[in-house]
Amino acid sequence: MSRLLNKVAIITGAASNPGLGHATAIRFAQEGAKLVITDIDMVGLAAAEKELVALGAEVLSMEQNVTDEDRWQEVIDATVERFGGLDVLVNNAGIAVMRPISEYTTSDYDLQMDVNIRSVFLGCKKALPAMIASGGGSIVNMSSVAALRGIPGVSVYGIAKAGVQIFSKSIALEHAADGIRCNSLHPGLIDTNIQNDSRRDNPDEFEKLGDTVPFGRMGYPTEVANCVLFLASDESSYVTGAELVVDGGLISK
Amino acid sequence: MTFDFTDKVVLITGAGAGLGNACALAFADAGAKLVITDICQQSLDRAVVDLASRGAEVLGLINDASDCADVSAMLDSIIERYGRLDIAVNNAGTATPLQEFHEVGEAEFDRVMGVNLKGVWLCMQAEIRQMLKQGGGCIVNMASATSRNTYPNASPYVTSKFAVAGLTRTVAVEYADRDIRINAICPGNVATPLVVSLVEDLSVLATKHAIKRLGTPEEVANGVMFLASDLSSFSTGSLLEVDGGWNAI
Repeated sequence: MSRLLNKVAIITGAASNPGLGHATAIRFAQEGAKLVITDIDMVGLAAAEKELVALGAEVLSMEQNVTDEDRWQEVIDATVERFGGLDVLVNNAGIAVMRPISEYTTSDYDLQMDVNIRSVFLGCKKALPAMIASGGGSIVNMSSVAALRGIPGVSVYGIAKAGVQIFSKSIALEHAADGIRCNSLHPGLIDTNIQNDSRRDNPDEFEKLGDTVPFGRMGYPTEVANCVLFLASDESSYVTGAELVVDGGLISK
Repeated sequence: MTFDFTDKVVLITGAGAGLGNACALAFADAGAKLVITDICQQSLDRAVVDLASRGAEVLGLINDASDCADVSAMLDSIIERYGRLDIAVNNAGTATPLQEFHEVGEAEFDRVMGVNLKGVWLCMQAEIRQMLKQGGGCIVNMASATSRNTYPNASPYVTSKFAVAGLTRTVAVEYADRDIRINAICPGNVATPLVVSLVEDLSVLATKHAIKRLGTPEEVANGVMFLASDLSSFSTGSLLEVDGGWNAI
């Protein structure tokens, strides 16, 4: 398939497998994209690169702390130097610091907000000039159903993800005239490594988590990746400032 | 064309013109077996000829989506012809001329709600009864950017489209555990015959969108196909805006 044939895409947080960034990179490779994948986990990233190359993709891997402004510039510059432009940015990298507010320290707060929203701010800010120079593009920001519903223990994660949602809308408006689209994606419960803490800490409850989803199961990373693919591709050419929910019916129940 | 609906039986209501017609053409190109309906014989006949000339297998049915017996007969005809129904796009819709709320006649309200809301209600009931029998299916309802936004002087239309969004999400949850996915698409303004008949100056409409142009029927059809395809296998009860950023403003 060729939904992203010869498009140049940056995906942050692409190492963790199973993970949303990793699954997105795999789907993008299958659809013909040229990939820049970044992560703080260089071992995982090397494994991901190997998989993507095996699929026939051209890949540039870069170690990246997404909260570091200078490093963002280096990633963008390296992308343009290697592939000649930038068409798609997937701001996926994120962490989940989840605990009740009574136990939430200010350093927890700073970490959660830095990794999940400062990163998106920096990514968009640094990528936009390169996208404009490329004649337009598509930004997909990973939000969450936590942006749309209150969830106990998820308060600060929720702030960050709701921030990503409304930030995406404003960026969509600011750069519509440049041919740049910007949307947020809102996964529900997906079986990725981000679930590892709850899987380890409450194995019995974790087993039942899927039952809380109307579909009766958690989502697969590929099911989220397919939504990123749609938003990244020209098939969604009139979709901008939108919020796409992929949650097996969770927020509708 | 990147979507593949080879041999899927796809129903599209109101496919004689506008968005429904664009969806029918797109699904035909993607290999689907089509059932198209319309309330207007002339539009339906033209669409059937057009689709057949592209090599599509197509069944055309005159249908009033707001009539329960008519909808029931529609499903019977589909099953008689194809034996199943994989995908239903409940697109048939109408609108009133733009008019201040206090001037809207009761008959106009009833007509719009009858097609846009009761029509979706009746069609979904018939479709879901069949999908339960066959063990699954996928429904895409035509909602609107005005399922979340206002449109002054279009109160019957906006009311009906808000309702379609709520209906979609509620029913989606009811059948989530039986392999029936139900989502809605929320298009912005597209220069369809319906819109052109109601709006004098289309350039004013373009300004409602962050992308300063109207959408194309093909762009809406792409969104419908995404929701009807396996790409959206974990989405149900979702509303997909294909509105050029209208909802973000």
